[in-house]
Amino acid sequence: MQSFSYVAARTLAEATAILAREGDQAKCLSGGTDLIVFLREGRRRASVVVDVKGIPELNQLSYHPQAGLTIGAAVPCHRIYSDPEVTAHYPGLIDAVALIGGIAIQGRATLGGNVCTASPAGDAIPALIAHQAVCVVASPEGTRELPIEQFFRGPGQTVLGTGELLVALKLPPPRPRMGAAYLRFTPRNEMDIAVASAGVAVALSEDKARFAHARVALGAVAPTPLFVPQAGEALINQPVSEAAVEAAARAAQAAARPITDVRGTAEQRRHLAYVLTKRALWRAIERARTDGKERENGKLERGG
Amino acid sequence: MHQKVCVTAIINDEEVTFLCEPRQSLLEVLRDVLGLTGAKEGCNNGNCGACAVLLNGVLVNACLVLGVEVNGARVTTVEGIAPKEGLHPLQRKFLEHAALQCGVCTPGFIVAAKALLDRNPNPTEHEVRHWLAGNLCRCTGYDKIVRAVLDAAAEMRAQRQPT
Amino acid sequence: MATVEVIAKDNTGTTNGKSYSVIGRRVLRPDGVDKVTGRAQYGADVKLPGLLYGKVLRSPHAHARIRAIDTSAAEQLPGVKAIITGKDLPLAEDKVAKSGEGSVNYSYLRQNVLAQDKVLYHGHPVAAVAAVDIHTAEEALALIKVEYEPLPPVLDVLEAMRDDAPILLPGLRTRELGEVVGDKPTNIASHEQFARGDVAAGFAQAAVIVEREFRTNTVHQGYIEPHNATALWNADDHITVWTSTQGAWDQRRDLSALLQVPISRVRVIPMEIGGGFGGKFALYLEPLAALLSRKAGHRPVKMWMQRDEELKATGPTSASVIRVKAGARADGVITAVQVWMAYEAGAFPGSPVSAGMGVIFAPYRLENLLIDGYDVLVNKPPAQPYRAPGGTNAAFAGESVIDELAERLGMDPIAFRRINAAKEGDRRADGPVYGRIGYIETLDAIAAHPHYNAPLPAPSAPYIKVGRGVASGFWFNWDGKSSASATVNPDGTVAYLEGSVDIGGTRASLAMMLAETLGIPYEDVKPMVGDTQTLGFNDGTGGSRTTYGSGIVAYHLGQAIIQELKKRAAALWQVSAEAIQVEGDRYICGDRQIAFKELAEKLDETGGPLSVSVSLDTKGAIPGFGTHVVDVAVDTETGKVTILRYTAAQDVGRAIHPSYVEGQIQGGVAQGIGWALSEEYVYDDEGHLLNASLLDYRMPTALDLPMIEPVIVEVPNPNHPFGVKGVGEVPIVPPAAAIANAIYQAIGVRITTLPMKPAVILKALGRI
Repeated sequence: MQSFSYVAARTLAEATAILAREGDQAKCLSGGTDLIVFLREGRRRASVVVDVKGIPELNQLSYHPQAGLTIGAAVPCHRIYSDPEVTAHYPGLIDAVALIGGIAIQGRATLGGNVCTASPAGDAIPALIAHQAVCVVASPEGTRELPIEQFFRGPGQTVLGTGELLVALKLPPPRPRMGAAYLRFTPRNEMDIAVASAGVAVALSEDKARFAHARVALGAVAPTPLFVPQAGEALINQPVSEAAVEAAARAAQAAARPITDVRGTAEQRRHLAYVLTKRALWRAIERARTDGKERENGKLERGG
Repeated sequence: MHQKVCVTAIINDEEVTFLCEPRQSLLEVLRDVLGLTGAKEGCNNGNCGACAVLLNGVLVNACLVLGVEVNGARVTTVEGIAPKEGLHPLQRKFLEHAALQCGVCTPGFIVAAKALLDRNPNPTEHEVRHWLAGNLCRCTGYDKIVRAVLDAAAEMRAQRQPT
Repeated sequence: MATVEVIAKDNTGTTNGKSYSVIGRRVLRPDGVDKVTGRAQYGADVKLPGLLYGKVLRSPHAHARIRAIDTSAAEQLPGVKAIITGKDLPLAEDKVAKSGEGSVNYSYLRQNVLAQDKVLYHGHPVAAVAAVDIHTAEEALALIKVEYEPLPPVLDVLEAMRDDAPILLPGLRTRELGEVVGDKPTNIASHEQFARGDVAAGFAQAAVIVEREFRTNTVHQGYIEPHNATALWNADDHITVWTSTQGAWDQRRDLSALLQVPISRVRVIPMEIGGGFGGKFALYLEPLAALLSRKAGHRPVKMWMQRDEELKATGPTSASVIRVKAGARADGVITAVQVWMAYEAGAFPGSPVSAGMGVIFAPYRLENLLIDGYDVLVNKPPAQPYRAPGGTNAAFAGESVIDELAERLGMDPIAFRRINAAKEGDRRADGPVYGRIGYIETLDAIAAHPHYNAPLPAPSAPYIKVGRGVASGFWFNWDGKSSASATVNPDGTVAYLEGSVDIGGTRASLAMMLAETLGIPYEDVKPMVGDTQTLGFNDGTGGSRTTYGSGIVAYHLGQAIIQELKKRAAALWQVSAEAIQVEGDRYICGDRQIAFKELAEKLDETGGPLSVSVSLDTKGAIPGFGTHVVDVAVDTETGKVTILRYTAAQDVGRAIHPSYVEGQIQGGVAQGIGWALSEEYVYDDEGHLLNASLLDYRMPTALDLPMIEPVIVEVPNPNHPFGVKGVGEVPIVPPAAAIANAIYQAIGVRITTLPMKPAVILKALGRI
C-alpha cells in the first residue's frame, strides 16, 4: 500500500483545518471499509489519513420525538440497528444499514462513509432520501445543511468542497401512520452490491385508506442515487391500491437511467426498479398500517 | 515510508506495545509484527471473513482496520478464545461436528460465531447463517458449521442454566 | 426454531465380510486442536530469519508482445533486494511429464510462471521483486517499466476455433486423434474422439430425439487460502520451499526441471493447505521465490497472492460449448448419443475436455456413441483441474438432455435412468469396463428417499414458482502412488508419517485404517504429513485418491508392522514366527498371548527399534456415482433461484470417517450450486477480468444454502482392503444439471447456459 501519515482528529476544527490545508491529499477515515480498500488498490491516493471517529459531533446518535434523529457520520451500522428507537421509527434506514456488507463490515462501516463514498449503489442513500435526511457539513468557515438528494454529483463524487467534512445526518421525526422500507436486489443474499434498489416512505391518511405522503428513491440505476419525486407524487391522495402502487412503480422505472456493467444489465436494472419499488411500497404500506408494531420485537427482515 | 507509530493495545487480554507504519493493517500487524497468525488473509478486502477479530468486542475484519487505529483498544483474536484449560465450546463443537476440512477459514468462523453467541445465546439456524454470511468457507457447504454453532449454543445455554 | 441435531451416529459394521471397530466411527481429527485455536501453520504463516517479501508484476493486457522491460528505477528503490524477469528463468526443455492426473509441459510452464516474449492473459506474470517488506516490494512494481505491443485477444472458444482468429502460440499445431497433421497455426491444441457402434442406425431406432447446445462459463476453484510460497536457495545450491500444495513430489520434480537443478537439491515442505480443489498442483510462486532468493544473496523470500491475482492468473476451469444429440426408444432405452464439445484451455493446451468426454454419458449403457472433443486456447489463464475436472460442464449438458428425454417419453426421471443404468461389466465411452460400480444403488437411494417422495413445498408468494430436479454424476477415481513409514513407540502407540497432504481430514481417515489393521485404538496412531526429503514419491492429494491409494499403503504398513511384531513375539516365546496367530491386537501362540501394547514395551528386549516403510503404485480404483435431487424456488419477477432442499446420494464404497465423507459431499454440492447459479468470470472485450474479487466473483455464503443432506451408499470396492472407492469429486458433477432440471419444472423453460443467473432467468421468462 502507498505510504501516508495518520492523524486521529479530536475536534471538528482540527479535522477541517487539515482537510483545508491538504486538499485532495487528505482522506477521512471513519469505518475504513471503503477507504482502506481504495488506498490498498490504488483507487484513491492520500498523503494523510484523518481519523474522524474520535470527534464527538460525528459520534452522536440521538432521537427526539420533535427534533427527529441525528446520526453522526462516524456512527457504525451496528450501533444504528442496535438502537431501539431508531429501529422503531426509521425502518427504511434500518433495512439498509443491516444489509451493508456482512456483520463484520457493519461493525465498522458508517453511515457517513456510505454517503461520502457516493456509490450509485450505496445502500443507505435511497433509504435516507426516503426518510428526508439532511446532511450537516462542516468546514473551517462553519456549517451548512443540504438535503441528501443534493449531495451527489456523480459516481464517487459529492458536493463537498476542500476543507469540508460530513458531520451528521438529520432525519425529521416520522409522520403519523408512516412506514418506510429499503429493498435491494443482489444475486447472493448477503455480501453483495445492489444490482438495483429502492428506498420508499409512505404516510397514510387517518383512515389508512389513502396515501398522505410518499417518497421514492432508487439506487444503482443512475450515476447517483436517484430521488424520483414523480413516483411519490403519483401516490399522494390516491387510495391504497394495486393500481396506485403499480403507477408509482412504473413512474420509478421510467425515471431509471441505468447502465450495463459487471453487476447487471441496463434492461435488468430497469425491470428491477419497477419490481423493487412495488415490493418496497407494499412493505412500507404494511408497516404504516401497523404503525411499526411489527418491528417492535427488533427482528430485522431481509430484503431482495 | 512514513515514520512508524507507537501503538499500545490490549491484545488477547495482554497489554502490547508495537511499532507500525500507518499503512499497515491490523491483520498485517497481528500476523507479521506480533506473530499471531491465527487470523488468515483470504482476500484482503473484507469479503471472506478469514481475518475476523473482535475490536472492543465488535466483530470486524482485521484487513479493514489500520494497525494505528487500535491504540487504546481491546483486540481478541482466535488465539484468545480458548480458556486457560481446554477449548471454548465452539472450538470443541467444530471438532466434534467435523465442521472444518482445510481449516483455513475456521479461525474466522470461530471468532464470528463467538461474537454471535455473546450477543444472542439462542440463535435460529437462519440467524446463524445470516451472521456468518461474511465468512466464506469453500470446503464444507456450511452445513456442519451451522450445526456446530447451534450445538455449541445449546451446550452453553445448558451450562448457564443447569436443570 | 431450529432444532439442534445430535451428532450423527457412527457407521461401523461389516464390509467385504469383515467387521470393524475403528472404521466407520466419527473420531476427532488429530490436527483439529491446532486448527480451531489458530495454531496450525499454513504456508503464509512461515517466518524465517532474514525473510524478504516478494511480489509479482502482472500484465495489464490479455494479449501483447513484450518489447522491453526496464527495471532500473525499481532497482534503485531502497529496500529492494532482487528483481527477476523472464530471462532469469533457464531455458526449459520442451518435455512433457506426467503430473497427477494430467501432464505438464515444461516449455509452457516456464512461459506461464514468467512471461517470455508474449503475455497471453490479463494478469500473466512479467517480473517479480523481493524487498525488505511487502509495501516496498509493491512500490517497486510500480517503478518497473514494461513496453507492450498490444495484440488482439480471443476470449471465446468458438471464436478461437475460427480460421481467422488471433493466434496465441504461433508454434502450436493440432493433435488430431493423437497425431499432428498439417502445419497450420491454430488455437485448437487437440481433437479427440470416442466412437462405438453406429449412431445413425441408433438415431433411426429412436422414438424421441433431443438436440441442444449448452454453454458454461469460466469458474474458479475458490479455495480460501491464496497461493503462497517461501523459498530459500541456499549458498550450497540446495533449495527448500515451504508451500501450500496438493502435490509436494510433483512440485519437486517440476521445480527441478524448471530451475535445472538436480532433484536431490530440491526439498518441498508442504505446509497446512487452505483448500485446493485441484488448483494447487501447478507451480506459480515457488520458482519465482527460489530465483529471487538466489538473486537476493540466498535470503529466504516469501510470496503470497492477493485475491485479484488468484482470480486473474490461477485456476480456473474451462468455459465450454457442448452440443448433444440423444435418442431413445419408446420403452426408454437410449439408442444413440452424439456429442461435440469444445473446452477452453486458457493460454496453454490442457483443458479437461477428455475427462468431460468420459463423464458426459458415463452413467449409461450405450451401444452407439460418437463423442468429439476439442482443446482450445483462449486469452485466459491456463485451465487447472477443478474437482472432477470437466465433469460439471459435461453433466450439465448430458443430464439436462437425459431429463428431457424422460419428460418427452412421459417417464419418471429416475425410472428412465434406471432402465439405462450402467452396471459391472458394461463398457465406458472411453473404453474400460466397469468393475463393481454402485450407480443403480444411488438411483434406488434417491427413489426411496423421503425428499423425492415429498410434495413440492408451497410457493411463498404468487410470483414464486417451485420445481424439483434430479441428475446423476460420475467420476473416474484414481489410485496412484503413495508412500508412508511408521515407528512403533515403546508406549504402544505408532508414529505414522504419510505423504498425502491433509486437505480435509485425511490424517484421520488414514490413521483409522492403520489402527484398524493393527487392531489398536485410533488415538494410538499419531499421523504426520511428510515432505519430499522424508518419504518416497507420493502422488498428490487429488483425483479422489488419498483414502484409496494412501489407505492401501496404510493397510500394508500395518501388515508390515504385524509381520515384525510376530517375529518379536516369536523371539519372546522362542518359537517360529509362523506359529504366531494375530487376532485384533493380540499375538497368540497356543495358550500364550500378548497384546500389541505389551509387545511394544518389549521391543528393546526382542530386537530393538521397529520401523517399517511402504511405497506402492496402487491399482484398482473403481469409479464413483452419485444421484442428486433438489427443490428450487424461482422468483419470476427478479429471476433469482433459491435452493430450498438438497439431497445427494453417493456410492463411496466404504465410508472410513462418515463425517468427512458427508463433508466432501456437502462441499462438492455447494461448489456445484455456486457454479450453477452465481459464479462466472466476466471479461470485457479487451480481455480484462472485471470481477477479480470475492465481492463480484460470487461464491455461495452460508445464507445462500440450505442444509445439504448426504446419503452415503456403500457398495464396497473389492480391490481395497476396506472397500474404499473415493468420494471427493463426484458430488460437484450433478448439481448444475439437477438445478437446471428443477428450474425447468418450476418455470417450463430449459436453461442451457451456466451460470443460471437472475438476468438469464428473466430473459428466459421474457421479462427483459
